[in-house]
Amino acid sequence: MSQFTPEQSAAIRAEFPELSETVSGHPLVYLDTAATSLRPRIAVDIESEFALRHTAAVNRGAHSLAAEATEAYDDARASIAAFVGARPNQLVFTSNATESINLVALAMRLASSVGSPPRFALAAGDEIVVSEAEHHANLIPWQEVAQQTGAVIRVAPITDGGELTAEAVKSVVSDRTRIVAVSAVSNVLGITNPVRAIADLGRAAGALVVVDACQSAAHGRIDVESYGADFVVFSAHKMYGPTGIGALWGTTEILDEMPVVLTGGSMITRVDYDSSDYLPAPAKFEPGTPRLTQAIGWAESLRFVESVGVDAISAHEESLGAELFAGVADIPNVRILGNSNGVHRVGLVSFAVEGVHPHDVGQYLDSRGIAARVGHHCAQPLHKRLGVDSSTRFSLGMYSTADDVALAVAALADVREFFGED
Amino acid sequence: MEFDDLYQQIILDHNKKRVGYGLQPGGFPSHQYNPTCGDELTLTVRLSEDGSTITAVEWEGKGCSISQASASLMTSEVTGMSVVEFESFANGFRDAMRSRGTISLSEDEYGDLAALSGVSKFVARVKCAMLAWVAAEDSLILTRESLN
Repeated sequence: MSQFTPEQSAAIRAEFPELSETVSGHPLVYLDTAATSLRPRIAVDIESEFALRHTAAVNRGAHSLAAEATEAYDDARASIAAFVGARPNQLVFTSNATESINLVALAMRLASSVGSPPRFALAAGDEIVVSEAEHHANLIPWQEVAQQTGAVIRVAPITDGGELTAEAVKSVVSDRTRIVAVSAVSNVLGITNPVRAIADLGRAAGALVVVDACQSAAHGRIDVESYGADFVVFSAHKMYGPTGIGALWGTTEILDEMPVVLTGGSMITRVDYDSSDYLPAPAKFEPGTPRLTQAIGWAESLRFVESVGVDAISAHEESLGAELFAGVADIPNVRILGNSNGVHRVGLVSFAVEGVHPHDVGQYLDSRGIAARVGHHCAQPLHKRLGVDSSTRFSLGMYSTADDVALAVAALADVREFFGED
Repeated sequence: MEFDDLYQQIILDHNKKRVGYGLQPGGFPSHQYNPTCGDELTLTVRLSEDGSTITAVEWEGKGCSISQASASLMTSEVTGMSVVEFESFANGFRDAMRSRGTISLSEDEYGDLAALSGVSKFVARVKCAMLAWVAAEDSLILTRESLN
């Protein structure tokens, strides 16, 4: 594991204009990449240039601009798919990872109401397995499926240190398990889960396996096939790309079987007054005019990530993440959520400061130019499980530096004194 | 510095002092919840027998220093106030909080509560400052309904 040299870091940082902003009179220290990553200028420039010069209807019309737009859109899908180790026709564009999960959940609700297709149709007494550490986006859609069908949510426990083991998942998997939904990395704990082993358990039980890869994608090499899941979801805005676009990856077989949810133009072959035939995936899940500029912008962002080097980024973030973790752990009366030893971590640490509310912590850090996330991070049940209402989170990106970490740790060390705690 | 406006010493002190902390049984408590941070506050306003005057405010809850200090300072300032007076007092406080820094609370009228003026520049924190006030208004409505 090695970090970028100061020269390399300076060159990377120069590509992110937001990093030259000042906050409260201090240079911005951006430690909220896990929520939304900053955007490289080159990708935004190409995206806006495309919008200004090549905006036209995708998949319709015979004029040159429409043909160019269609080609560019298809190329963008192909390069995003290649980045995550997928085939282009396995990658369905959505608004974000949340929508991706909802698409699968809605397909299940529709299938359940008619009892077909069998792998998507749930019945009373069937079971849905999630972990204690899931983001609301990987919990609430399944609650809705459960409420509609009479299925039951089974929750795989984490350890007090935040670790999710395959054994813990095994303890709640049964012959009634129909869905296993887990994150590759928790957005609060930053610990890498044994997704492959969990997916194998799920599939052996005949369940569909859904992996939320939001916190893994673009922080290291991801290969959707390697998870052994049926579905993998991720969002562009956590991968240095634009907001408004994300993806649902599915195996060719499962996307073929999955019923359509939203319908309309662009997703059909033959249409009659009483029935229609649909295109194969991904088109059958993408009715209407697609997210053209967002797809272009996302693909360009990933081109930038590749130019820096995915493996180099993950080595940098892991090394810096270890410094951050150690720095926060050394501060008295600060408790790290997910402090288990011997686990693999990404560059992310959430913590509770004894006696000081996270909003106050975040406001104090902001006064020192440090952008941190505060609140429950869309994981209320997990916070409750760990005995806190909410927390503060630092998260790293390719542009983070050892100086960022030192400034954040120093500011955090002053928080309790400022609020009059001994 | 706006940050120093936000965390004046009075606020930091009242975050610890928590005037009125501790709910007694009875009365008409109002429970308020801020879904963005999970903060909660339960507050009871006690009225005189004729329902015209606030005789006590009791509250319990957990939250950031702004929400705790606002509850504590409000308790100090409004105890003994007539209900009619409180209504316009609360409206004035709300207007200042929502003013994005354009309205300051006067020390003559609002006493130590004026220290919360700086909150209005931090849009995300206005809800924190208002939590106790929303609870007080709600408890008041419940209490007065019981008197009718």
